[in-house]
Amino acid sequence: MSSMGLSSLTYNTLSKMFAEGKRFDGRKLIEQRDFSVEYNVSNKAEGSARVRMGKTEVVVGIKLEVGTPYPDSMDKGNLMVSGDLLPLASPRFESGPPKFAAIELPRLIDRMIRESHVIDLKKLVITEGEKVWTVIIDIYPINDDGALIDAASIGAIAALLQTHIPALDKDCKIDHESKSTKKLPLLEDTIPLSFTFYKLGESLIIDPTREEEEACDGKIVWGISNWKGKEHMIHSCQKGLETAITRQNVDEMMKHLPKVYDDTLKKLKKFLK
Amino acid sequence: MKEFDKNEGEYEDFGSEPQSRVIVVPGEVVSSEEDFLPGEGARREGKDIVASRYGLAEKVGRVIKIIPFSGAFIPRRNNVIIGRVSDIVHSGWIVDIDYAQNGFLPLMESPRFVNKGEMDQFLAIGDVVAAKVWSVSPKGIDLAMKGKGLGKLEGGFIFRVNPSRVPRIIGREGSMINLIKVNTGCNITIGQNGWIWVKGNSLDSELKARKAIEFIADKVLVTGLTEKTEKWFGENK
Repeated sequence: MSSMGLSSLTYNTLSKMFAEGKRFDGRKLIEQRDFSVEYNVSNKAEGSARVRMGKTEVVVGIKLEVGTPYPDSMDKGNLMVSGDLLPLASPRFESGPPKFAAIELPRLIDRMIRESHVIDLKKLVITEGEKVWTVIIDIYPINDDGALIDAASIGAIAALLQTHIPALDKDCKIDHESKSTKKLPLLEDTIPLSFTFYKLGESLIIDPTREEEEACDGKIVWGISNWKGKEHMIHSCQKGLETAITRQNVDEMMKHLPKVYDDTLKKLKKFLK
Repeated sequence: MKEFDKNEGEYEDFGSEPQSRVIVVPGEVVSSEEDFLPGEGARREGKDIVASRYGLAEKVGRVIKIIPFSGAFIPRRNNVIIGRVSDIVHSGWIVDIDYAQNGFLPLMESPRFVNKGEMDQFLAIGDVVAAKVWSVSPKGIDLAMKGKGLGKLEGGFIFRVNPSRVPRIIGREGSMINLIKVNTGCNITIGQNGWIWVKGNSLDSELKARKAIEFIADKVLVTGLTEKTEKWFGENK
């Protein structure tokens, strides 16, 4: 892609197209691109996944380390999510201190996973009050063609479902030699995912390409799951960009969100082993 | 002011029918015969013609040139480009032309009189222009906007393909682009920097033109692409 900024021509065209319900790639406004998930991307990580969604590509790796619990949660393991917007992913990303988007991405994924309680952090205690497991989720966008947060959420949950807890030796050090088959304790039948609704003019779209994402002037990121395989449950949400989101907009999102979630879950289940 | 050459620049014409095409990597010896001359993307090292780019080596007459598979746009004089106005300064407009340097479009190039205080009446920040590269010098890239099809672009939309695909999209003597124009009824301006402007009577025809161009840009190694594109239009009525 290129580094040329958003032109007023593209902005006007997209506003007009969205109002007519059309998109450049022929999708409907509320329709996602197909995606694929690939496992064992990293052989050093405890779990890893690569998600390809259109031209967007994200690699997620999970490491487990032995750490000390935080003072306010002595009976729980730790969860850390970090993300890096690598300059290789897009001409928009520069190396240097993380900027807004680079802080927002891991935070939103962190909130989605933490608030859905999909990782049973209480089961990650090794010795009460002293040693616990720290789950580190690393997100690396390889190519940015829009909807990075949505793709990263798929990658994160796919990698978590693959994650093994490594074996420990007598001194509570990780034994890298022995292969462990113990899975990370996850809440059953709960798969949290993120969906971002973008707003341009009065139209709402999901899963934008980069071209569309840059033109949009409002967004909300939702974290939703089928909690314990029962009902849809929203765990997190965050509003972004400048434009106000109206009550009607939110009502419309709520109408689409369960269906969008179910569709994605169905596609994702094909890749889960 | 000097007139532009009639010739639209070397990119737009493949010349006579190529004799053979082989894939080469940088450093690869394409030919050791002394009869040949190095063209674009190739250089002479002693007796050999050596590739400087990764792409298709093509012998046209006595010249060996390489059509690269990828690569950035490098502006040359007389290239038509599509850029975005990124700033207004006292004597003209700064235009982002998707290159490491910005282009400069002087106030003089405006087709009508523009008051210095109201330059955004003609071109505001974010507007898209089709322009020609007037000169490339260490001081900067100067643009010109006097010519057929050049000027501020209004209506339609722009999108980008890999700049190295531009010659294919234009085709031999414009054959490919004319095929698309005839089949979609759209007005199409192709910038050498890979940005393409499409404007037609309806959004559907514009979208079809974009699809056709992206179809061509996808097919790097295909021969007889014009026929394949004709077939594509047959299938995608």
